[in-house]
Amino acid sequence: MAEPARVGLLRRLLRNRAALAGLAVIAAYVALAVGAPWLAAYDPSQNNLALRLHPPSLRHLLGNDELGRDILSRLVWGARTSLAISLGAVAFAAAVGVPLGLAAGYYGGRLDGLISGAVEVLMAFPGILLALAVVAIFGFGVFRLILAIGVYSVPTMAWLARGSTLDVAHMEYVEASRAMGGRNRRIMLRHVLPNILTPIIVQGTLRLATAVLTAATLSFLGLGVQPPEPEWGAMIASSVAYIRVAPHATVIPGIALMLVVLGFNVAGDGLSESLDPATSRLG
Amino acid sequence: MAPVVLVVVTLVFLMLHLIPGDPAQLMLDPSATQQEVAALRHQLGLDQPLGRQYAAFLGRLLRGSMGTSFKTGRSALADAWPSFQHTVELAAASVVFAGLAGIGLGVLAGARSRSPVSALVMVLALLGVSVPTFWLGLLLIIVFALKLDLLPAGGAGSWQALVLPTITLGSFSLGVIARITRAGVAEVMHADYVRTARAKGASERAVVLRHALRNALIPVITITSLSFGYALGGAVATETVFAWPGLGRHIVDAILARDYPAVQASLLLFAISFLIVNLLMDLAYALANPRITYG
Repeated sequence: MAEPARVGLLRRLLRNRAALAGLAVIAAYVALAVGAPWLAAYDPSQNNLALRLHPPSLRHLLGNDELGRDILSRLVWGARTSLAISLGAVAFAAAVGVPLGLAAGYYGGRLDGLISGAVEVLMAFPGILLALAVVAIFGFGVFRLILAIGVYSVPTMAWLARGSTLDVAHMEYVEASRAMGGRNRRIMLRHVLPNILTPIIVQGTLRLATAVLTAATLSFLGLGVQPPEPEWGAMIASSVAYIRVAPHATVIPGIALMLVVLGFNVAGDGLSESLDPATSRLG
Repeated sequence: MAPVVLVVVTLVFLMLHLIPGDPAQLMLDPSATQQEVAALRHQLGLDQPLGRQYAAFLGRLLRGSMGTSFKTGRSALADAWPSFQHTVELAAASVVFAGLAGIGLGVLAGARSRSPVSALVMVLALLGVSVPTFWLGLLLIIVFALKLDLLPAGGAGSWQALVLPTITLGSFSLGVIARITRAGVAEVMHADYVRTARAKGASERAVVLRHALRNALIPVITITSLSFGYALGGAVATETVFAWPGLGRHIVDAILARDYPAVQASLLLFAISFLIVNLLMDLAYALANPRITYG
């Protein structure tokens, strides 16, 4: 049963040109992040004041920043930082949110009331506020940023896992394993979890876009990755003072950021359309 | 709503106690003496038992006070209030902009769902949700303030200063609203009552505006009111870019300065305003659709 469904999904995905373009952008982004040590031509932290704010040239394809550092090399290393933060944040959100949602949906009753209540309170506020509160409490830096953005996505993940579990919990195969005396924990892990993974993966892809964007925003505000560590939002922040004389230093990291977010958004949309053609948007 | 408010107030209170280490020590200069730290702990009430601190916090809050800002020495809430008004002004302007432009573009695209305009709207909508807000703001500054010298790059106090931050903050919601409106209008363009209106000889303009748009509007109302909440949150980055003296900038400055009472006051103002927006949205939704009741 599962095999033809998966082949169909792949075929639908391959026919969706926008989704393919999104996946290509994501692949390039991951390749940059993974291959940073080999792909970057220069040391991302090496200052060269002779080349301060130089526009793009043949030796420095994307120009140099306010300390003469090679922007392309910083961009490549920055991809690594941003991918690590966003993957870490989404993994954290899934690791906390999915078990909470699973337990709430499976057990129901007072446990569900408690978890759903907390999630609803958190979902009433934009995530950036939660992220700011975490940053205000714990301070700045890569790991705190992962925590801040992860906390941001926990309510969404928990809500989704709860909803999907409710759909699955009354399926015959779940009832059957319960009737055969299966233990709750085993049923949840063996029968419920594998069947709610698909929407969670789609949501995870879309959350990666939000995570990349939030990480860059917080770093831009000075509340995330701290200089001289190469990070796209921080790169934009440090170049703002020179926006009049060297706009390329501000514009280029922003284009990279936008392309990646666009890639995740388009791929996430395509993935959810291919998984469930009935919900595909008009046109 | 009341229990949520209590939860929010409690979380804001607990914030100070979740900080690893001694908040008093963190707020003071590293060279501060033991006596100075102890004095600040006393001033913050941190030397009291937690329950008593919480009661004192609630008591102060009921009297409209949230402690004294370390940076200015004034009431943290009174300090944050003018910033809050600036943020509401900017958020409201951006919602009006996103609503009008988004519905306009969405109707144009939805009425002719296979036209180039429609494709353009879809691309714009996708860019709107993908472009980093703060970076869009910087691009607008480069083009309209630095190159063309048409509008100020920052500050507040004139309508000109409001234009670029409004576009920046509204772009995300503009994209979402245009997309939803387009889908809604495209869907009803083939409905029976639209065909009837056409058959009766109504002009295409009247068909779209009077018949199609009206019926596609309910989800658009929801999204537009949701975007007010989004605008309040998005204000944090936009205000920093445009040096707009709002609550977002206030809270970022307070976090950077470790001015915890100012952070607490700003978070509480933000949170309460979200709750009020959510409540108003529920009411508007119930008005637009009488079948919904809230028990």
